[in-house]
Amino acid sequence: MGLNPQVETVYKRPTTFTPATTHYCPGCTHGVAHRLVAEVLEEMNLQEKTIGVASVGCSVFAYNYFDCDFVEAAHGRAPAMATGIKRVLPDRIVFTYQGDGDLASIGMAEIVHSAARGENITAIFINNANYGMTGGQMAPTTLPGQKTTSSPMGRDIENNGFPIRTAEMLATLDGAGYIVRRSLHDPTNIRKAKKAIRLAFETQERGLGFSMVELLSTCPTNWGMNPIQSLQWIEEHMIPYFPLEDFKVSPILSQVRI
Amino acid sequence: MAKELLKGNEAIAEAAIRSGLEAYFGYPITPQTELLEWLSKRMPELGRTFMQAESELAAINMVYGAACTGARVMTSSSSPGISLMMEGISYIAGTEVPVVLVDVMRAGPGLGNIAPAQSDYNQIVHGGGHGDFRPIVLAPASVQESIDLTVEAFELADRYRAIVVVLIDGSIGQMMEPAELPPMRHIDRQRPTWAVTGAKDRDRRILSSIYIDPENEEETNLRILERWKEIEANEMRYKEYYLEDAELVVVGFGTAGRVALSAVRAARAEGIPVGLLRPITVSPFPYARIKELSNLACGMLVVEMNTGQMLLDVQAAVGGKIPVEFYGRMGGVVPLPDEIHEEISRLCYEPVAPSADPRESWMDRMDLAKN
Repeated sequence: MGLNPQVETVYKRPTTFTPATTHYCPGCTHGVAHRLVAEVLEEMNLQEKTIGVASVGCSVFAYNYFDCDFVEAAHGRAPAMATGIKRVLPDRIVFTYQGDGDLASIGMAEIVHSAARGENITAIFINNANYGMTGGQMAPTTLPGQKTTSSPMGRDIENNGFPIRTAEMLATLDGAGYIVRRSLHDPTNIRKAKKAIRLAFETQERGLGFSMVELLSTCPTNWGMNPIQSLQWIEEHMIPYFPLEDFKVSPILSQVRI
Repeated sequence: MAKELLKGNEAIAEAAIRSGLEAYFGYPITPQTELLEWLSKRMPELGRTFMQAESELAAINMVYGAACTGARVMTSSSSPGISLMMEGISYIAGTEVPVVLVDVMRAGPGLGNIAPAQSDYNQIVHGGGHGDFRPIVLAPASVQESIDLTVEAFELADRYRAIVVVLIDGSIGQMMEPAELPPMRHIDRQRPTWAVTGAKDRDRRILSSIYIDPENEEETNLRILERWKEIEANEMRYKEYYLEDAELVVVGFGTAGRVALSAVRAARAEGIPVGLLRPITVSPFPYARIKELSNLACGMLVVEMNTGQMLLDVQAAVGGKIPVEFYGRMGGVVPLPDEIHEEISRLCYEPVAPSADPRESWMDRMDLAKN
């Protein structure tokens, strides 16, 4: 409350965050996604029972920012590592935080089979349409015609095929309890994203199977845009290809009041 | 416990259970599959974790995750599957968490076949994935020894926070022998102080193989090496047969060592002063003992079920002091005692000059035998 008892704190750093400053580029929405996860862990009082699994990509240092137990997986293997942890400690909350190269390319088998098994873990999936960490190469989510450092003429669908809509694909699996796509390009969508992340962790708490929130995210540095342009680019280019929908929602979740 | 007739793969699985195995993740591959099948029935019966993963890649990473919780964990595979596990093995070593891995070797390269071979010596003893570390590798030669070394593997893994490989070939995995299992051990649910279990009433813990600052990675490499020197000093194991007065020393591990023992006994019966050194830890490798023996004997014969992978380690230990000869069968062919006996006799009665690569004369003899 500080000096003035009339002042109410409406916004503060979640206690589930460490004091560390993130290494993310200006305008990147990783920081927003991190904060939403941290807020949900705090609100659900999960800090002491959560084990995070960081992946390989820009979020490789995620364990520096969340104030909970963490392990660091090999590229793409976070869902397998999370499976190993969850099977031995089924009453803990286990989540992975993965980018699109990690989850939808090198780790596609691991995420598909974790979802198929109904592995009771949560995946936070950052889709920014390129490999950020290595400097902006073509990802499985790179849009047709999108220029990257490894598709300098733009993604050629004749040569490279089409982007993968991961959420839609995983939603076909019976083991999945909650699969949605959200975007981080404006406050309204950020609020919706937070609600989705909350529901994903609620899915896990209730043992309803695999949960994943795909988050459309910016990469201004590698996209060669300023932060505002990159937010617009999500809206204008990514959302038409990657619709923001609920692809699979366990009916029990409709009873959850948050 | 009384002796029972046990199959190697199943005996290892049951020995692991009785050593307190809490979680197993694996993938079917011949000639290892009975191990996975045995655990698929027994682990759920005991309320423990069994999972058939979607690949060896996933299996080793599941084991990696489970190991980070401080649980006793194991996986198993055979040569091509072990190749896929190399990534995880390196991460496990870099994170310094204990894991037991069983490799039931078959012939290669590539798909090769499903017959017994010792083709993974290099990939396991000198390999184990990228980066700077060495796994502990135990090489049993019988079902009983497979049981005993599986029990020991878990102890070593915990003691050194290291990956311990039980290295057998398909014939040990598949054959049945009378053997005695250990009693069931109570699982100690207390987690080690480094385990990741959720930060309740303590500071958070991070387990990772990342050391982004090169100086920290160098420090880690050094720490792992220091621990390795400790392992070398304390955990060297080998078996010696008839070496007291041996002028000729045969060196072989696992099945090759066991077949060689029959040949050594037959040669002894003829009065040939030959003995056998059978490394149990092929990693750490008994360089010092082999060096000592090279001061006492006048020749060595290395017998392997590959094209001479351990041979190079024996040569390094001997340092050119006495001739080191080689005899190998590979591709899934197991040498017969008579073949090794013949090599022993030849070395005993025909003068052999030291050679940089004894495989050249061995290849000539192999060609002659064929024609």
